[in-house]
Amino acid sequence: MSTLYGMLLTDVRFVEGLNACMNCGVCTAICPAAEFYNYDPRKLLNQVQLKDESIIEELLKSETIWYCGQCMSCKTRCPRGNTPAFVVQALRKLSVKLGFFVESEKGRQQFAIKRTVGENILKYGYCVHPEAVAPSMHPEQGPVWQWVHENAPSVMERLGASYQKQEAGTLRKIAIEDLDELQSIFDVTGGTEMFETIEKYSAQQAEKMKLEFNDQTPNEYFFNVYTEDNHNHQRNL
Amino acid sequence: MNSQNPLHTESRWRKYQKEIADDHYYYARSCIRQNFFPGSERAFLKIMREELNKDIFDDPRHTTCTGIAYHSDIVPQETTSTVIARHFALMTEMGYQNLAISCVTSFGLYTELLETWKHFPEEETKIHEMLWKATKREFVKPKNLAHSSDIFFHNREQIAAKSQFNLINQKTGESLKVVEHIGCHYAKIFPEKGVGGAEFPYVLAGMVESWGGNVVDYPERRHCCGFGFRNYLVMANRGYSVANSKKKFESMKPYEPDFIVANCPGCSMFMDRWQYTIAEMEGTTYGKNGYGIPVLTYEEMAGLVLGYNPWDLGLQMHQVSVEPLLDKMGIPYNPDEKYKVKRNVALPLKPEILMV
Repeated sequence: MSTLYGMLLTDVRFVEGLNACMNCGVCTAICPAAEFYNYDPRKLLNQVQLKDESIIEELLKSETIWYCGQCMSCKTRCPRGNTPAFVVQALRKLSVKLGFFVESEKGRQQFAIKRTVGENILKYGYCVHPEAVAPSMHPEQGPVWQWVHENAPSVMERLGASYQKQEAGTLRKIAIEDLDELQSIFDVTGGTEMFETIEKYSAQQAEKMKLEFNDQTPNEYFFNVYTEDNHNHQRNL
Repeated sequence: MNSQNPLHTESRWRKYQKEIADDHYYYARSCIRQNFFPGSERAFLKIMREELNKDIFDDPRHTTCTGIAYHSDIVPQETTSTVIARHFALMTEMGYQNLAISCVTSFGLYTELLETWKHFPEEETKIHEMLWKATKREFVKPKNLAHSSDIFFHNREQIAAKSQFNLINQKTGESLKVVEHIGCHYAKIFPEKGVGGAEFPYVLAGMVESWGGNVVDYPERRHCCGFGFRNYLVMANRGYSVANSKKKFESMKPYEPDFIVANCPGCSMFMDRWQYTIAEMEGTTYGKNGYGIPVLTYEEMAGLVLGYNPWDLGLQMHQVSVEPLLDKMGIPYNPDEKYKVKRNVALPLKPEILMV
């Protein structure tokens, strides 16, 4: 299907998430993102159900689709059984696929998430790892986490973890065969393609913004997308 | 249990009681729990095996379900579904049918996957084919999905029978006031899959009541902790995350809770760390005398009730000090052992504002 709306219909989350929105606004009332950001899931669903290609394209290039925190509170509350957060997932996937995500400040952040959480998966077998939560990137973690991070082998040994050992147990080293299976799943299911798409459009965007971009993390473009805030996102500023 | 509790008299609650398998589980570990609360996953297996005599298999081949990446929209649904299908296959190969899932995000995703396949059977066929192509593995869907807290809830009276300490203030004899937080993806996506659903959260409340405590029913009890996936993972967005936690802290503070217990590993970590952040940013603290409100995982709560050493449970990895709670419960501890490890390492620095 060549239309944007048609492409959205190929995503089961979109089919499941939007039947007919009656604009009651319960989703917006319960939404933590709507309380914090200039964000209104009621408006978003109504824009999408208009099936207007230019409006959908504008959304795919907007900040709007990146505000949702995926808490799914809207799913519990919608009296029509819609799930705006599912619709957001479908919009974000399409925005990445078409390279529109680099048009917005919040969208460009996909690169930072891919370079951190995304690469952790294929390196450690889990999304998070003590080596990967650097205190410099996570000052909110506080001095106890800094102590854990700097002394991870000793602290984890004290707690009976299998840290960096190839055996069952907490924080074990994942065997190469298992990491290979994860990589193979990524290759077969579109995960690798999505990573490559994020990299490709981010590299082009870095060139446009005249920021250094390379295989190292962090690099200048990474720092930009990880920290940049134009202060136009919040509701009450 | 208190028969006057409105949770019990509320007839609507009754439809939110799920089936929880009695024994023989395949354990699905959590990215966040094992990273920030490694003692909790260890305690869970110990309690299951040594206190409850349950059979639970800890598979070194298990990996992330990719849930954090999925809800941050850097991996497609097919990738996450196939990674989960691989876990089903590993479970099947080891002869298990019941899953014990350590992460609320994973629990939501595993549930969502099985529900999606009911509505879109062609998706299940597709994932079977993708898993076979990628790994030459085949799977059978699990018979029972339980979050690991569901299993403690299911066995809460057995744990109570073995308790060494209760959730009671030893000086006053009064029940401790406990804030519980079940985490959004435990029941907001599929309320009928969580004990008490999204409206009548009871998986943790049931444990708290059975072990002597009282649950605080505060206004923002059901509000998100603020993780928000990309809203925490990217530094520029963390205002969203801390603002949501702050909304909860402000709402619970007038009730003077003795501690918070959380279902989701992310929520446990955020409600601990954001108290530190808020204290350092603006000088606000939510416990007494400049301390924070201690935040426990349910494994840590069960471990303390069973008399486990707090430092074996990993409570030294919390930024908010747990000592005020240990003192109330009458749990003995050696302060000199708190940060002791085999090698001689420097102690953590003290925050400027938050008392520790």
